[in-house]
Amino acid sequence: MPQLLQDKDRIFTNLYGHQDWSLDAARGRGAWLGTSEMLAQGRDWIIDQVKASGLRGRGGAGFPTGLKWSFMPKEVGERPHYLVVNADESEPGTCKDREMMRHDPHLLIEGCLVASFAMQANACYIYLRGEYTFERQRLQAAVDEAYAAGLIGRNACGTGWDFDLYVHHGAGAYICGEETALLESLEGKKGQPRLKPPFPANSGLYGCPTTVNNVESIAVVPTILRRGADWFASFGRDNNKGTKVFSISGHVNKPCNVEEALSIPLKTLIETHAGGVRGGWDNLKAIIPGGSSVPLLPKEICDTVLMDFDALREHQSGLGTAAVIVMDNSTDIIKAIARLSYFYKHESCGQCTPCREGTGWMWRVMERMVRGEAETKEIDMLLDVTKQVEGHTICALGDAAAWPIQGLIRHFRHEIEDRIDLYRAGRPVFVQAAE
Amino acid sequence: MSARRLASVQPTDVKLSPEAQADIARWTKKYPADRQRSALIPALWIAQKDAGGWLPEMILREVGDRLGMAYIRVYEVATFYTMFNLAPVGEYHIQLCGTTPCWLRGSDALKDVLTRRVGPQNTVSADGKFSWIEVECLGACANAPMCQISTDVDEDPYYEDLTPESFEALIDNLAAGKAVERGPQQIDRLNSAPEGGQKTLIGKGAFHIEKLVKLPNAEKSVKLNYYEWDPKERRATRGGWVDPKRKASPDPKKRASNLGRDLSKGLVEDEPKKGLPGRTTAKAKPQLIYTDGPSDGTPDDLKKIKGVGPVFEADLNDKGVYYYRQIAAWKKSDIKAVESIIDKFPGRIERDDWVKQAKVLAKGAAKSKPDPKGAKQAPVRRKRAMKDKA
Repeated sequence: MPQLLQDKDRIFTNLYGHQDWSLDAARGRGAWLGTSEMLAQGRDWIIDQVKASGLRGRGGAGFPTGLKWSFMPKEVGERPHYLVVNADESEPGTCKDREMMRHDPHLLIEGCLVASFAMQANACYIYLRGEYTFERQRLQAAVDEAYAAGLIGRNACGTGWDFDLYVHHGAGAYICGEETALLESLEGKKGQPRLKPPFPANSGLYGCPTTVNNVESIAVVPTILRRGADWFASFGRDNNKGTKVFSISGHVNKPCNVEEALSIPLKTLIETHAGGVRGGWDNLKAIIPGGSSVPLLPKEICDTVLMDFDALREHQSGLGTAAVIVMDNSTDIIKAIARLSYFYKHESCGQCTPCREGTGWMWRVMERMVRGEAETKEIDMLLDVTKQVEGHTICALGDAAAWPIQGLIRHFRHEIEDRIDLYRAGRPVFVQAAE
Repeated sequence: MSARRLASVQPTDVKLSPEAQADIARWTKKYPADRQRSALIPALWIAQKDAGGWLPEMILREVGDRLGMAYIRVYEVATFYTMFNLAPVGEYHIQLCGTTPCWLRGSDALKDVLTRRVGPQNTVSADGKFSWIEVECLGACANAPMCQISTDVDEDPYYEDLTPESFEALIDNLAAGKAVERGPQQIDRLNSAPEGGQKTLIGKGAFHIEKLVKLPNAEKSVKLNYYEWDPKERRATRGGWVDPKRKASPDPKKRASNLGRDLSKGLVEDEPKKGLPGRTTAKAKPQLIYTDGPSDGTPDDLKKIKGVGPVFEADLNDKGVYYYRQIAAWKKSDIKAVESIIDKFPGRIERDDWVKQAKVLAKGAAKSKPDPKGAKQAPVRRKRAMKDKA
């Protein structure tokens, strides 16, 4: 039994909203403690500490946060710098940022100040997904509190640094979680990703140097600085340091969000915090370990796999946003993935042809696979098309649409073949189409 | 991607309400002066709420005009983002999540409920109360299955952990005009904590803050304040924390307003009545320009002042402030006195410059609604306002 994370080492101490969210209570939980002292250490110190902590971006790609910050120009030129916080949490399975914004908003606001200071940005925008109306109002109220208390605004925390924080929102487009699409959206346009380069650190929001970070990446920074980079780095394996909020959904007895150390075994995570798989661990069929975009893992792998970036990569999946979607033996796994294909077809922005046409094509073929109304050779054709969409689009949505299908074919090809055989034998499996 | 088009039947006489216009104007202040277009998505959201849940073409054009944009750019955005309804919806527009995490936990059964109770997707029920649509992941997967319903004037709350039974009950209550609670429905859980009570973040251990003498790994030594958990009060206290009940220190350097500040830049002289926002103790009513009630029965809409919401307005009314002209006449000392009794956001009155805003609004109010009491003072204030402009 591995060592579980203890309460005293949790960063999001009000994750469930069992306490008050407001400034008064947040200060009681340690927020805004020593913030001015952090800034007094200077920006290089902050970036070095974040690098030393081993923090990797929590939005899916897992890029080292400190390194990303150091890409910003060292001196502010004619163009101002911006920090943009990506709170467009739309990856199916993921619901962690929502809890941070409505229950621990001050950790995020403090993180925005520290990160903006480290990158010499005087302004920061937090881009929430449009559906999070309640979270937006809560966050705005917390921002107002922080302004009123002098923690942000002119002379933030009495440090002489001027810092403005704005809450912005989208209107229901998954693609706006992609950083350049988010910037387009923030500029009041359709959320269609930009070609890179130029990268946002050179030319981002309004053509100015910009860094886009996930909510969790920003919100953990003040606590890392308060408790020390070595404290944060004491959790998880090498290259996979720190704590992480996991969202556990699907066929478990008690779905929940929980903060745990990285590199926790997947089985331990589910059995300890989510009440176990419905019907017991042996009733498990497959798990999508990091949000809908990563390939699923069959039970044999889930038995032993560790929840971190590298371990999941070894199994040709990924940690993504650490959104664990559990599927037990009752699941029609083909339909579960077909529903995701519909999702990507619906959310493709339409800019690149391989994705716009490919997602629709893949979904239609998947729907036939669900019914078994296909040729066996079409499985390989489908796999081939996913490979042609993958890597041939401006942003990663094409990849994200391809990977779940690749994972399905890799691990459950026999189920697809069985269904095709049944259909041909005149005994089709009756399932309701996903749409 | 999904093809979305404007409704084929369009009303010809819709306009944004003054409140929505003011809201949009306020949003534009968040962006650099030459980047007003950034406010487009929030503006369309405000407009949609204002126009009854959907966006007629007239409204799209008006928003375009307000933000100085070509109409086609507004159409592009309105048709791209799926939260913008391009055709009329019911009073309660139900967005049911059907993506895999919700599907795994039974969203199909909820779809059946809606088809039976409301009808097919994208049609408004005969009584105009309901309409529904299946949407993609709404980001509350640990509380699946769930939906979002436009039950609130300002927001669309989430209703989570639904079963066909609890969903029917929810729809029944909405149809009967009863109040419904947001969040998990008919289940023993708090937000996204596990059902039956949380297993983590229990008790004092969760809120334990190490006493920081200095920041770990700090290179420069700087003085730190620290917090300590007070089990009696069930909250943390802090070196430098201002207890609301404590009297002001005779030494101004030790007063709350000066703690943590660079004292070489001068002291802040006034001691706020409370240490932190949200803790009200003082109740003394200052002798200001307060009246006993609205003199003509129709108080001004104080919410038009930026920074005043419904809660503030109620507070102000409670203290006898009903009119723009009252606020317009406030002096520094009056503001201090008001802040001592309504202390939610100290400094806000001056920061948002309520007085100046109120002067402008009072001008408008005096024109449209001359009342005997205000008429005497109005000309004087108008003159002053004009002087300010000059």
